[in-house]
Amino acid sequence: MPLLDIQDLRIDFGTTRVVDGVSLAIDEGQTLGLVGESGCGKSVTALSIGRLLATPPARHAGGRILLGGQEVLTLSSDGLRSIRGRVVSYIFQEPGASLNPVRRIGAQVLESLRLHAPSRATEAEVVRRLAGVGIPAPDQRARDYPHQLSGGMQQRVMIALALASEPRLLVADEPTTALDATVQAQIMDLLLDVQRRTGMAILLITHNLGLVADVARRVAVMYAGQIVEEAPARHLLSQPVHPYTRALIRSVPEIGVDRERLPALPGQVPVPGRWPAGCRFAPRCPSALASCATSPPGLEPVAPGHRVRCPVRPPAIP
Amino acid sequence: MTLLEIQNLRVHFPVRGLRIGAIPSTVKAVDGVSFTVAAGEAVGLVGESGCGKTTLGRAVVRLVEPTGGRIIFEGRDLTALGPGALRPLRRRFQMVFQDPFHSLDPRMTAGQSIAEALVAHRLAATASARRARVEDLLRDVGLDPEAADRFPHQFSGGQRQRIGIARALAVEPGLIVCDEPVSALDVSVQAQVVNLLQDLQRRRGLAYLFISHDLAVVEHLCQRLLVMYLGRVVESGPAREVCRSPSHPYTRALLSAVPSLRPSTGGERIRLEGDVPSPADPPPGCPFHPRCPVAEARCRTESPELRRTADRREVACHQVASSPQAP
Ligand SMILES: Nc1ncnc2c1ncn2[C@@H]1O[C@H](COP(=O)(O)OP(=O)(O)OP(=O)(O)O)[C@@H](O)[C@H]1O
Ligand SMILES: Nc1ncnc2c1ncn2[C@@H]1O[C@H](COP(=O)(O)OP(=O)(O)OP(=O)(O)O)[C@@H](O)[C@H]1O
Ligand SMILES: [Mg+2]
Ligand SMILES: [Mg+2]
Repeated sequence: MPLLDIQDLRIDFGTTRVVDGVSLAIDEGQTLGLVGESGCGKSVTALSIGRLLATPPARHAGGRILLGGQEVLTLSSDGLRSIRGRVVSYIFQEPGASLNPVRRIGAQVLESLRLHAPSRATEAEVVRRLAGVGIPAPDQRARDYPHQLSGGMQQRVMIALALASEPRLLVADEPTTALDATVQAQIMDLLLDVQRRTGMAILLITHNLGLVADVARRVAVMYAGQIVEEAPARHLLSQPVHPYTRALIRSVPEIGVDRERLPALPGQVPVPGRWPAGCRFAPRCPSALASCATSPPGLEPVAPGHRVRCPVRPPAIP
Repeated sequence: MTLLEIQNLRVHFPVRGLRIGAIPSTVKAVDGVSFTVAAGEAVGLVGESGCGKTTLGRAVVRLVEPTGGRIIFEGRDLTALGPGALRPLRRRFQMVFQDPFHSLDPRMTAGQSIAEALVAHRLAATASARRARVEDLLRDVGLDPEAADRFPHQFSGGQRQRIGIARALAVEPGLIVCDEPVSALDVSVQAQVVNLLQDLQRRRGLAYLFISHDLAVVEHLCQRLLVMYLGRVVESGPAREVCRSPSHPYTRALLSAVPSLRPSTGGERIRLEGDVPSPADPPPGCPFHPRCPVAEARCRTESPELRRTADRREVACHQVASSPQAP
């Protein structure tokens, strides 16, 4: 049984659907990469796992979220409290927004330890945790308020907070976007090390396809509220099938490769509520068929463990 | 023509220790940085998280008071100007912030945020002209003009970032300090925004100080590159050359850690050992020596100057200065 099993999840904001039938599963000890267009619903999907979306405006419009076999969407507030932190813990995209601005960072880590590992809630442990995520002079920095730290240091504090509860699932929403490549590699080493030791599963949301290639076993690609392709990471990155995935991979700039311009998709990302009737990608798709404008494609298998929401089968990439 | 000249800029912050009675010290966030940006030039700024990039950018647009040094913009020393003299100049340099969540007013729609900049600088005479301009700007950054009527919390992180860029572009600046402007965007939208920045640079002669952790984007967009470590520039030169044949051991480690879609092309990752040093208590000698794979005795005592090693390239490293042909 997977640790996390999301089935056909639908989330609305008001009357607008933003997540539209997403299914994802992650086994214990595994990392799933979730990539896709900005605004396609990755964070909303992630937030719904710990029921962190404010309702209203958000509304659960269908589907199930099973976490360790438990249905999250119907949990009582006591039940929710017992899974947050211990079972699922988060690293957010915007560290500034999730650290308490008026409390020293050391006190915030200490509080999280008190909540989840009371026997280890000491000042020395706080300093150790901050050092563990690469904060220089952690004993001094523990006294800083969030605004006194650089963006990347705030992010590392967030990571220390998220790991303090030793969760079974870590939802990492752009965990290393604010970090340079060496610190990013160091943080990913740290997360993978925790994963090896504790069997923690990781849902890694990122725009960095190189990072996905490095650390994720499987990848799911989202577009306009839906999964459009899902496959083992190496396979998806070397043999993408969906035209959106192919476009994404083409857009990645690489060091040492000269290009006059970066290939970008034509047109705009469709806004939720104004998704095209047929395939949502059809208006921007270079290989759209006439039928794509009217009939929405299903997510179909193209190879073992590889599903694609597109009827067109492009030639393999050499 | 030189648009911006930074001379020996320093920005220091006071810090306190955890234990009561600990000696207060200073974080030397920016510690003696000098460089120039020509009109229409894109200069990339990369370096370890916490090395002072944002602080340097904020000092340039006068959001943080420098401790020392000079900032000469279009021939005038900004550090010597009072608020009154500075105001009319402000339009000419803009900043796009790293954290799009905190840089937009939550009570204003995206359209109002952008229009506010137009009004403040009297750039659109009528309400309908303003509206049209706002819609153009939104389209320029790859958003639906309908986004104008929505509030910041209704956007994803990447969408908010593009609103920030639209707002900076609205006042037609000569220089934009871009602090991680594309890191919240998916690679396809990133390509759109990078292409847009490139177009604006070519069409309107816009210059950028482009802060980013994405070296591939920097290499693509920027003509020149500065690499910072612990408040100082440790390497600079043409972006392409620095990215393809880095000289400073820190730059080499940084480039080796960039994850690639094509793993076969990259060499071994150079793992930096040891702790990230504190800018409040920088190590003696070369600030990189405790983690440097090629450090020698001299590096522990003597701080290397930024020295010319090849045409248009400068490196602060004892090892490199003695062998400019290092790989
Ligand atoms: N509180 C809200 N009210 C209305 N719409 C919202 C709200 N929060 C998010 N949305 C919309 O839901 C959609 C999905 O947002 P989400 O934050 O999940 O995107 P994302 O895939 O994480 O994007 P990014 O990569 O930019 O972070 C977006 O179009 C966004 O505008
Ligand atoms: N207001 C402040 N008070 C005290 N220290 C500060 C303040 N602002 C920044 N610093 C410190 O100055 C140093 C440089 O921070 P800065 O934000 O410039 O780094 P950065 O290079 O932009 O990092 P990142 O890549 O993580 O964004 C850090 O050690 C930071 O903690
Ligand atoms: Mg998001
Ligand atoms: Mg910064």
